[in-house]
Amino acid sequence: MPSEPPAARHVLEFPGGYTRTTGPVIGRFLSELRARRIVGVRTAEGRVLVPPLEYDPGTGDPVTGEYVQVGPAGTVTTCAWVDEPLEGHPLDRPFAWALIALDGADTALLHAVDAGNPKAIATGTRVWPVWSERPTGNVTDLSHFVPEVTKIVAPVRAEYRLRAGGALGVFLAGVERGVLLGGRCQSCEKVYVPYRLSCPECGTAIGEPVELPGTGTVTTFAINNLPDPRAPQVPFVSAYILLDGADIPMIALVGDVPAHEVRHGMRVRAVWVPTEERTASMTNIRWFAPTGEPDVEL
Amino acid sequence: MREVAIVAFAQTRHTSHDTGLSEPELIRPVIEEVKERTGLSRFGFTCSGSCDYLAGAPFSFVSALDALGAWPPISESHVEMDGAWALYEAWVRLQHGDIDSALVYGFGKSSLGDLRTIATLQLDPYYLAPLGLDLLSLAALQAAAVGAERKELDDIVRRSRADGRANPYALDLPDPDPDSDPGGDHAVRPLLTTDVPPVTDGAAAVVLATGDLARRLCPNPAYVRGIAHRIEPHYPGMRDLAHSASAADAARAAGVGEGPVEVAELHAQFPHEEIILRRALDLREDTGVNPSGGPLAANPVMATGLIRIGEAARPILDGSARRTVGHAAGGPCLQHNLVTVLEA
Repeated sequence: MPSEPPAARHVLEFPGGYTRTTGPVIGRFLSELRARRIVGVRTAEGRVLVPPLEYDPGTGDPVTGEYVQVGPAGTVTTCAWVDEPLEGHPLDRPFAWALIALDGADTALLHAVDAGNPKAIATGTRVWPVWSERPTGNVTDLSHFVPEVTKIVAPVRAEYRLRAGGALGVFLAGVERGVLLGGRCQSCEKVYVPYRLSCPECGTAIGEPVELPGTGTVTTFAINNLPDPRAPQVPFVSAYILLDGADIPMIALVGDVPAHEVRHGMRVRAVWVPTEERTASMTNIRWFAPTGEPDVEL
Repeated sequence: MREVAIVAFAQTRHTSHDTGLSEPELIRPVIEEVKERTGLSRFGFTCSGSCDYLAGAPFSFVSALDALGAWPPISESHVEMDGAWALYEAWVRLQHGDIDSALVYGFGKSSLGDLRTIATLQLDPYYLAPLGLDLLSLAALQAAAVGAERKELDDIVRRSRADGRANPYALDLPDPDPDSDPGGDHAVRPLLTTDVPPVTDGAAAVVLATGDLARRLCPNPAYVRGIAHRIEPHYPGMRDLAHSASAADAARAAGVGEGPVEVAELHAQFPHEEIILRRALDLREDTGVNPSGGPLAANPVMATGLIRIGEAARPILDGSARRTVGHAAGGPCLQHNLVTVLEA
């Protein structure tokens, strides 16, 4: 292997850049851009060239002196996506190059579109210009284009004050002292938890509450991937838990176990917060955790 | 028209990196080779094609003359274009009737800088260059306009690289492996990195001779039966990028369709360009396209187009083909196209 030949850096640069005259046609276009307007020029055949050229590329005839305001919006006819912008590109984040048929133009303008991701732009996408803050009479006075507004974000929030009277008050009073209360129907004998005042099947009144243990069995569950203020983390598991001695499952979080290990028939126990932190609220139960007992056949 | 033929063609063993040879040192062996093959040491006319921006030195083509021996003074010209257009100028010069031979060469070392952004310097300074549009961004726009199936593009890349590995002058590039990387590694979408031609340094030379001299110098001259070039508007938004009207016009003017084409060497730097050019030249299924591997296997910019004509001449010079086509392109998105029909 011969040794590497010596190497040196060489830069070709014209300090300050070349001064170039624009001529009247390109000069008009750039002056209009500086005033935040996009114009095309009409050809003798009536077509509108954007950006304007001195001669009709189809016929070679000089264009007319008629300038036509176009856009500012347009439709993407072709686009390509730059994942890693180069230093000289109009945007420093991933963007699209697009040929844009501006409204009223018969040719397409080539420019950058800040679309966020490549799926947000395709042939047919409507785009609008974003102007640079200090226009100077350069094609970059058009900073870039962005997709037309097609959606907005509408915040939703309302506050309520809830009072737990009746059966819920009884149930939460139990929860406050670390006990889950259910109720037995006097005609069908089903035990419902949380405690309630009537049987939804029979319509019969339910008598005094019965204490249920904090243990039960997972009958079904869901793995949730959207955050919820009541859950410790994402993903979290919400499950139907059939408490021992109850006939109707209650819904609760399952924790202390990886989401993918939760299964039907898993035995679980309520994890209560320390006594001094307890209130009359379901937040007393942090979640249900596996007991380690063998699974139950459902 | 005066009968003009290609009687010799030589090219460097192209490299993917800068070997440190100066441009005259790069050119000299191929000039020597065509001189030796023809027995000519002086030519009626000499024309070269190159791009000063590749080396970043104004008039770098002038120093390249050191490779020729330009004393006593020679009749010489240069185009700031691919060497294929130098061949066109030499063909026109030979039509004047007062000379009977011409030396044509093209050369480029694209390893010296970043070809992708150096190509921005070829764009109009008002509308395109300020946006920093680079070689790959423009090619990606055209690829999107063509919208070819990925498999068709991959097949072109695979065939080109395999043919390149069989060509001692082209680079040894591995088969692209879309299975190991489904969806591929994007250059500028939709272009994959495997769609991008390799950075290449190299040079090529061709000798043209007229009628009787051609027959004296070479047993099987490759006669230029047609040669034409056509250009489209520079601004991509003024064109239909999915088609090449200028390549189609040049092909008609050169008479491509007046007979069967055994081999077509196309200056397709990207696989979608091959699809556009096949359609524009209206090539039949049985035409062998880029058996040399084409630009996807070796792309010594400013010699690539001349090499296409040389590679199209080769099977005629060795007696294995009767009618071939060489194509060269210049400018963004196949703006300018030159088509040559060669016949035994």
